[in-house]
Amino acid sequence: MKTDPSAVWKQSLRNGLIAGGIAILVSLVGLVEAFGDDYIISGLVSVGELILLFPIFLFAYLTIHGNSGQSRATQLGMTALIGLVAGLMLTLLVIVGSTTNMREMFVNASPALFNMLTRGVPFPLGALVPPLQCILAAWISLGFTLIPERFRKPISLGILWVIILGTLRDQILLISIIQVEPLYTIFRYFIFAQSGLSLIGALIIFVLATGLSYYTSTRQKATQVTRTPKRQKTTRIILFMGLGVLIALLPQILGLFYSEILDTTGLFIMMGLGLNIVVGFAGLLDLGYVAFYAIGAYTMGVLTSSGLGLFDLTFWQAMPFALLVAWLAGLLLGLPVLRMRGDYLAIVTLGFGEIVRLLALSNWLRGTLGGTQGIQSIAQPAIGPIRFDSIQSLYYLIVLGIIIVAFVAWRLKGSRLGRSWMAVREDEDVAQAMGINLVLTKLMAFSTGALFAGLAGALGAAKLTSVYPHSMTFLVSINVLVLIIIGGMGSIPGVFVGALVLVGLPGILTEFQEYRLWFYGLALVLVMLLRPEGLWPEARRKLELHEAETEGLVPIEEMAPAATFTELPRDR
Amino acid sequence: MLKRWRQTVTATDLVVWGIGLTIGIGVIIGSIQTIRAAQYSPEQWINLTIDGLKVGEIYALIALGYTLVYGILRMINFAHSEIFMSGPFTAVFLAKYLNSIGFYNTHPIISLLLITLLSAAVAATIAILLERIAYRPLRFAPRLVPLITAIGASFFLQYTFRGMYGNDPETYPTFDFLDGVIQLGPIPIPKTDALVIVSAVLMMLILYGIVQYTKIGKAMRSVSEDKETALLMGINVDRVIVFTFTLGGISAGVAGILYSLIFHQVHFYMGFFPGLKAFTAAVLGGIGNVVGAWLGGTLLGLLESLGPNLFLSGLGIPAPNQLKDAIAFAILVFILIFRPQGIMGERIGKAKM
Repeated sequence: MKTDPSAVWKQSLRNGLIAGGIAILVSLVGLVEAFGDDYIISGLVSVGELILLFPIFLFAYLTIHGNSGQSRATQLGMTALIGLVAGLMLTLLVIVGSTTNMREMFVNASPALFNMLTRGVPFPLGALVPPLQCILAAWISLGFTLIPERFRKPISLGILWVIILGTLRDQILLISIIQVEPLYTIFRYFIFAQSGLSLIGALIIFVLATGLSYYTSTRQKATQVTRTPKRQKTTRIILFMGLGVLIALLPQILGLFYSEILDTTGLFIMMGLGLNIVVGFAGLLDLGYVAFYAIGAYTMGVLTSSGLGLFDLTFWQAMPFALLVAWLAGLLLGLPVLRMRGDYLAIVTLGFGEIVRLLALSNWLRGTLGGTQGIQSIAQPAIGPIRFDSIQSLYYLIVLGIIIVAFVAWRLKGSRLGRSWMAVREDEDVAQAMGINLVLTKLMAFSTGALFAGLAGALGAAKLTSVYPHSMTFLVSINVLVLIIIGGMGSIPGVFVGALVLVGLPGILTEFQEYRLWFYGLALVLVMLLRPEGLWPEARRKLELHEAETEGLVPIEEMAPAATFTELPRDR
Repeated sequence: MLKRWRQTVTATDLVVWGIGLTIGIGVIIGSIQTIRAAQYSPEQWINLTIDGLKVGEIYALIALGYTLVYGILRMINFAHSEIFMSGPFTAVFLAKYLNSIGFYNTHPIISLLLITLLSAAVAATIAILLERIAYRPLRFAPRLVPLITAIGASFFLQYTFRGMYGNDPETYPTFDFLDGVIQLGPIPIPKTDALVIVSAVLMMLILYGIVQYTKIGKAMRSVSEDKETALLMGINVDRVIVFTFTLGGISAGVAGILYSLIFHQVHFYMGFFPGLKAFTAAVLGGIGNVVGAWLGGTLLGLLESLGPNLFLSGLGIPAPNQLKDAIAFAILVFILIFRPQGIMGERIGKAKM
């Protein structure tokens, strides 16, 4: 097919405009300036600049990818055009921003931002800086496509590691084990600089990561055939034991700051595992999941708080009640709600979550729930003489909770009930025709999810020794939902991945907190558009979501046996 | 008779009816006690009614956006609350600028029209972009996928506007000509409230006219009935969908300005609660139904403003207005449980998905 030569340039122009628009948006939202001081490689590239230039990298790459048939010279020109257009748009932003009083409206259109965009070069010459920078970025992107296929993945991994380690400089230096003396000096003065990596450090990391990745990828191909099942099993056992020891030692290795984040992440994993049953297994979108966490936490609070003095139970005496109340709340909400169809269910559960929060806030129930002040001095757990009263000791209790919850979820998934959940998720009518009791099945999903959230709530209350209605907002429900969706709906390892990426990482990166929800929203949209099965997908879910694509290609008769193999796994 | 009844009624129904009955009795007892105790004077009741009406009409305008999109795409446009927020949050800067050059109160009508126009334009742009970027690629995806996308888009927009315009609320300057009251017989109505109610109703009528009597409105209705058939009849479905989003955006932008006339302050989170309540209103009236959106909005506004005082203060609950939002959400929950098709019923044939 012969294409119109000018179409290529038109496409480049359009992509340049889009890339420039995104770059301006990111600048005005404040990301560029907020991360402007966080260098990845000291004095050379900051996170902010990376965010600014990312759309240009991306669109240049996409344009080249779509026109791989063009000659090198044309490709060079196309990428230059994209960079030029985007860069000129940024220059325009700088000119408009510094001549008018743009800051009245856009709080981030500050001189500091413009200074960053022009890299501090004063005006007449400074106008050239953004276009040059953007053209350079576009050409780097072009250069990347020239790398031979087998080196591309190792090199991108190398770059990724440099970015991750450079961004996390401050946080890595906080890890307890690195604060031991010879290590600390090496890391602090050799690998890292005042901010980000030193140039030498960046090179070392890049070479190490790229080399390792290349080495393992070639080795893997060679050894895959020779490994016997028995040996695979032993390596797996060793791997699990190593992981167990690592998890046990984690609070000591990482120190106090990280233990706090680990605890929070752990609670979110627990909630994620619960919501995963409701949303992932049974396909019921619950937007008010925080309500059950709140119910668990408040029950624990009311029963044990010495401040309220209503019951004064110990943690362990109150625990069964907290679980029972959360479970009952799941049943009570589930009964009426589960007869409605999917999107209504989402809104009703959202409404329920808000009702629970508003009741906890109200003066009406102040006597028992403490109103806006919440409940303080909640009992902390103790077994005999061992008191779980510090963040580091509570960690073990939370890990224990996660193990129990994950085990239950994993066993449920393969059980008769779990298979009914998935049948309901795929097609309610067919499931009913197969003799599945819809109400009971959904109710079990809902109440089990509520039970897990109740457990997380009770532990969370004990961790903080207090509960506040203000911490029980809709955002928590969304947070849990996002982590299971990003991790992969219905996938248990996906919950862990999602929680570590979406709760752990923002906890570590404090500058990131401000823009956390911006990234969450973006991630949700992008994941749904590009990879609806999530980062660590469940085999069957993937099949469902890509059904439309496979259907067109493979005749049904051929697909059927393949489908049965993947659909009835005994989960390893 | 009893035997048949036993066969069709399940335990679930009993629980649901039990809950409904309890709440119904509570509401009746509360209302009777409030009225008998005569805690509030007639003037207070009238004020509450006007309050309810004005908020209700705004809910109705926002609800229209939900209803139109739902009618056509069968999806809850969760990000509609952010479309509602984007308009007034942008227009506030124009209002402040006009105020600073002294134009605002010397030419109030022109100023009001200008900020309304800007607000509607911004909201419509956001709505169109949202459809183009986020929803169009997912038109044939499983039903949870576009809903989750909409939730994501909602947060993305909220925090984009927060990043651009800042974390702090902005305040609309007041119009001098809206001070004072209009006497409607014995009842004094604040001018702002009168303007809000009248313009909202007017706007609803215009939109109703567009949907009911124009060619594109006819196309919208046919697309909502059956997309494939509409396509075969030569209707450009994409264009109709874009038009629907535009219409929803415009009504949300206008609603946003009316909202700001009452509450003055605008901020990035302002869309969440009105959005949720407008959705409630849309469901209450029967989602997919334009008249239903108006009815639902008005009713919800009235219930929300009269409800706490009428139902709750009689039961001796302190500070009943704190529970205003809880009442709105409780209505939502119960409507969806007892009459999910709403008051007017859904206009769409194939309700089950």
